[in-house]
Amino acid sequence: MNALYLAFAYLRYHWGRSLILTLVAALILFVPLATQILLSSSERALVARGEATPLLLGSRGSQLDLTMAALYFSDERPDPIPMREVEVIWESGLAIPIPVHTAFSSSEFRIVGTSLDYFDFRDVEIAEGRGLSVLGDAVIGSDVAETLGKGVGDSILSSPENLFDLDGVYPLEMPIVGVLAPTNSPDDQAIFVDIKTAWVIQGIGHGHEDVVTAAEVAAGSDAVSNAAVVQYQRITQDNIESFHFHGSQDDFPTSAVIVVPNDTRSATILKGRYLDTELPTQMVEPAGVIQGLVDRIFRIKSLLDVVTTIIAIAALAAIGLAVFLSYRLRAREIATAVKLGARRGMVLRLLSAETITLLLVSSGIAGVGAFIVSRNAESWVGWLLALGS
Amino acid sequence: MISVEDLSFRYSDTSFRLRVPEFSLRNDDRVAIVGPSGSGKTTLLNLIAGILTPEAGRIDVAGTDVAQLSDVDRRRFRASTIGFVFQDFALLDYLSARQNILYPYRITPALTLDAAARDRSEALAASCGIGDKLDRHPNALSQGEQQRVAICRALVTQPKLILSDEATGNLDPDSKSRILDLLFEQATQAGAAVLAVTHDHELLPRFERVLDFAQFREGAAA
Repeated sequence: MNALYLAFAYLRYHWGRSLILTLVAALILFVPLATQILLSSSERALVARGEATPLLLGSRGSQLDLTMAALYFSDERPDPIPMREVEVIWESGLAIPIPVHTAFSSSEFRIVGTSLDYFDFRDVEIAEGRGLSVLGDAVIGSDVAETLGKGVGDSILSSPENLFDLDGVYPLEMPIVGVLAPTNSPDDQAIFVDIKTAWVIQGIGHGHEDVVTAAEVAAGSDAVSNAAVVQYQRITQDNIESFHFHGSQDDFPTSAVIVVPNDTRSATILKGRYLDTELPTQMVEPAGVIQGLVDRIFRIKSLLDVVTTIIAIAALAAIGLAVFLSYRLRAREIATAVKLGARRGMVLRLLSAETITLLLVSSGIAGVGAFIVSRNAESWVGWLLALGS
Repeated sequence: MISVEDLSFRYSDTSFRLRVPEFSLRNDDRVAIVGPSGSGKTTLLNLIAGILTPEAGRIDVAGTDVAQLSDVDRRRFRASTIGFVFQDFALLDYLSARQNILYPYRITPALTLDAAARDRSEALAASCGIGDKLDRHPNALSQGEQQRVAICRALVTQPKLILSDEATGNLDPDSKSRILDLLFEQATQAGAAVLAVTHDHELLPRFERVLDFAQFREGAAA
């Protein structure tokens, strides 16, 4: 106890030095811990979403781009495939196809055009309001609601962009009819609409006399989030009947199709049908694609581990030098203690108590930090994975 | 209090050699040791305290043959029987004056820090005129005040012998006189003998006896 008493008195008196040593040691302990926790959570989150999506149909090309776009609503934009591919799957009777149209966004959040099957498939719950039912309806993820401060009864406007080079397409104002419960997945960062609504945004479907003019905007509408937008489409009870699509729906685009096979056999049969590399479409297993990505990340992590270890060794050596110099500076104190009759090992005990106290406090700080990271890992990883989407 | 007979000591790596045929100190003696630098004055104090062990001879302190004790026993003996006062005070900067006075109780199981020890430290500080400065750290005290703290630390364990190694060497002339008076006064109250190494010949008349160490030294300085 006396050694601890003296150690604490020394550390408290030299609080600046103690604080720096403690924080440096805490950082050395915390960084690898936090990295490990976040990486493990990332791996779990990535793999879990990949494993929860049995098959994915999309245009031939980068399997990773296709997977990232369809599962994580990332910036990658694989070439669209026609909706007839959805019908082909339906007609095979081997699986349920769920189209995913991710070409548009609103306020940096991806607009995901899909079918109602998506919500059942992902098992997401509506926390507020209702699901999609009418053309133009939007259901937003929990992060979207929180970030934009919007909820049921508000509206949201698609960003004014035109990916498919069609002229005369105005952004679409969509009423928010539901807010999803948090899932700590990319769904929290998405705005869900029926795929037909996505086609309206794309300009494939449109109504008549549905454009809100600049004068109307000036008269006071709170729907406009972008000052540059002066005209946009609005689907109302009065004009919904006038909305229509030109051409065959079979030719309309979708970014990808999530394929939920009835069983393993069905999955095998379906995969076999898309093996031909001459086909414009491909069937991928997201779990395998994601595992490849995770393996790559963890190969990079091994390199990071080496770098972290080298830095930790250097930092520990610096701490050791600081402690050693501190002990040298205290040689007089040690000599005094010996002259006053200090017990054998008392000096070692005293110095050990100081070092152990520092390490314990550092470990405590690192532990609290790691606990906080651990508690929030899922949501932080969800946010990290959604970055760039 | 102290009885030294045929004491012989040498440092292994030098030609320095100390021989003390006979030396004694009574229970209430105030004895000064003088001599040129390197004559072995501090070495004798260290031998009496059991910090060094002699090659030959006998050192009896308060009825104990110090040279015959084990290292552990010498440490315990030193902590419980001897009070040290150093030229540089040897106070710890991170402890308050109060904690410095009680420092010996923190470093050895030979002493027990109890209420009596705490009361004694308060009383000693008050009698040395630093009762109102006990919560200050050494850097907030004058040199004279620091040496008073060191004297309190030497006396708080109620030792039978005070070893003073140039305790007034760093003080101005007025403070030297006051500190020496204080040391003697407190030692008298505690019933302790004082053996003091000093270079200050002006202070010698205050001691009962003076031991010139030049006669004991052989060879070069350590």
